[in-house]
Amino acid sequence: MIAALHRNPLAVIATLAVSGALLWLMAHLVTVKPGVLFWISVLVLWALVWIGNDALSGISTLSPVATRFRNLAVPAIFGLTLLLLWQLVVKGFGISPVFLPAPSDIWVRFSTSFATLKADFIQTFLRAVLAGWAIGSLAGFLVAILCDAWGFLRRGLLPLGNLFAALPIVGVAPIMVMWFGFDWQSKAAVVVIMTFFPMLVNAVTGLEASGHLERDLMRSYGASYFDTLIKLRLPAAMPFIFNALKINSTLALIGAIVAEFFGTPIVGMGFRISTEVARFSLDMVWAEIAVAAIAGSAFYGLIARKQGERGDVQHEEISDGRGGDRGIDGWNGLGLCRGGDDPAQMGDAGPVCRLLRG
Amino acid sequence: MTLVATASRPSLPAALAAGSTLPVAIIVLITIVIWYAAAVPMNKVLTQPLIDAAGGGLLNTLSISWSLPRPVLPAPHQVLAELWNTVFTVEPWRPRSLLYHCWVTLSSTLLGFVLGTILGVALAIAIIHVKALNRSLLPWIIASQTIPILAIAPMIIVVLGSIGLTGLLPKSLISMYLCFFPVTIGMVKGLTSPDPMQLDLMRTYNASTSQVLWKLRWPSAVPFLFTSLKVAIAIALVGAIVAELPTGAQAGIGARLLNGSYYGQTQQIWGALVAAAVMSSGLVWLVGFIERRVARAMGAET
Repeated sequence: MIAALHRNPLAVIATLAVSGALLWLMAHLVTVKPGVLFWISVLVLWALVWIGNDALSGISTLSPVATRFRNLAVPAIFGLTLLLLWQLVVKGFGISPVFLPAPSDIWVRFSTSFATLKADFIQTFLRAVLAGWAIGSLAGFLVAILCDAWGFLRRGLLPLGNLFAALPIVGVAPIMVMWFGFDWQSKAAVVVIMTFFPMLVNAVTGLEASGHLERDLMRSYGASYFDTLIKLRLPAAMPFIFNALKINSTLALIGAIVAEFFGTPIVGMGFRISTEVARFSLDMVWAEIAVAAIAGSAFYGLIARKQGERGDVQHEEISDGRGGDRGIDGWNGLGLCRGGDDPAQMGDAGPVCRLLRG
Repeated sequence: MTLVATASRPSLPAALAAGSTLPVAIIVLITIVIWYAAAVPMNKVLTQPLIDAAGGGLLNTLSISWSLPRPVLPAPHQVLAELWNTVFTVEPWRPRSLLYHCWVTLSSTLLGFVLGTILGVALAIAIIHVKALNRSLLPWIIASQTIPILAIAPMIIVVLGSIGLTGLLPKSLISMYLCFFPVTIGMVKGLTSPDPMQLDLMRTYNASTSQVLWKLRWPSAVPFLFTSLKVAIAIALVGAIVAELPTGAQAGIGARLLNGSYYGQTQQIWGALVAAAVMSSGLVWLVGFIERRVARAMGAET
């Protein structure tokens, strides 16, 4: 049956559509403690969706456009199935919303508390995150230029930058709250410190990325330091700088939210999460998390897209192991870059994924 | 040959200046000087009446600014004194001791790190062997990291607490959640790093899937594993610290930070920060140390 599916895209789509729709219907109709037959049919439908999705991922006779669509659809179907199962399990087993609210409840809460969520979003994201991210990244970039011009500073600051990038910097939040007050300025300050070092380390590395040949050429043109910087070395550094901007976008959101645990005015995403948790209204917490996830992904995606528009093909190559000389002693040619490029927090596994897809 | 080497060896000061030791030392020194200088204006709000009462003067200003019990910015020696008092003058099992709090945080960090590494490696092995998982699970794992997981930390702690799960395990679960991702990504890359030629050779040997895994894929993945582990252990510590914030802050580095913040104990906050920094760099160094030993044992060029 699976082999037959592989040869017939239409059958795959039909299987997915029918089993998905039935699963959707069941998630809508489910009541507390349904019979065994119900759960068996859920499992069967889930298996069908799974097989369909597997077949979809295996179809190799697609046009490039369809392939791109397919590569988006496979994880999306997986995610939607997970949401449906979440809904089915929570409702079917009558799990208390104090433990885990159903996606439908979270959605209801999301739409009814939209005004609160919006105010929190403005306070945390539009004020603290964006300001801190911009100031921190800019400061890191400017210091990187200074480091580049003055080798002594680079040799002194870069090891410290690498050290700081691994430290739990978010711990400075209580100090910043003490210095800059309860409002968003203190959160922005935490974000500034968190985003400074990744940008510094990446930009310094990027400024060294242009080849000797190109630099020699610029010298033979009689180009000044600034000409070389602006026309050759900054463009060569752009993939690294964008990489740092992406890392910083995720760091900034986490930093601002966690910093709010240490004291805020009565608005903000971190404040809302900590107070609603204390009141056991987890649907609101999940709604806030959804906002954070959407905002974070959109922010990240926007920067990645700007980078894409610049046509930085170098990027993949770099995060695929050109950072080999950084932090990987003894091993030859290693994948993940160290020193601020914290893949766990940056979530930047796009290149890895693309690599795996071939 | 030896002569040339001796002749071209630079003098000690020159060698220091060319390396990064001297620049780092100078920058650290400058930072300390700026730190001391900044303590004067930053503490001015608190010190002004005291200085006026003491009759002013530079000496009074400095000594008062650098010895406040609850300064806005403590001087470096005050932080050191705080560390000395909380590390060496109290028995390490007392809640007043910083070592006690370090151990609380460290134990959940390490448990989470071990669990996260096991989960990460298991996921990676599953992903490279099952094609459907590769396409459907991996993007979802990546998507899971777009959720600022540290923000959920309070919720996980409270929810697990409501079903009677308290203490070490909930905190470790947060560290685990943070840890497994870099390990999975690194290991998927590492396990797929052998080139087709080597895989073909294994096929000509009629090697089974598990033989390919243990004799080819795993050894090639070890360097990737260690790079991921260095990242993972650092964030495991961050996870453990943040997870300590909502638990009513009884013990741990996070609790020290929160308590210090509540009661305006600046020196306690700084002491906890230094402890966190020392633990973080120590753990990363330890993983690096094991990495070098393993590399040597496996015959890597150093």
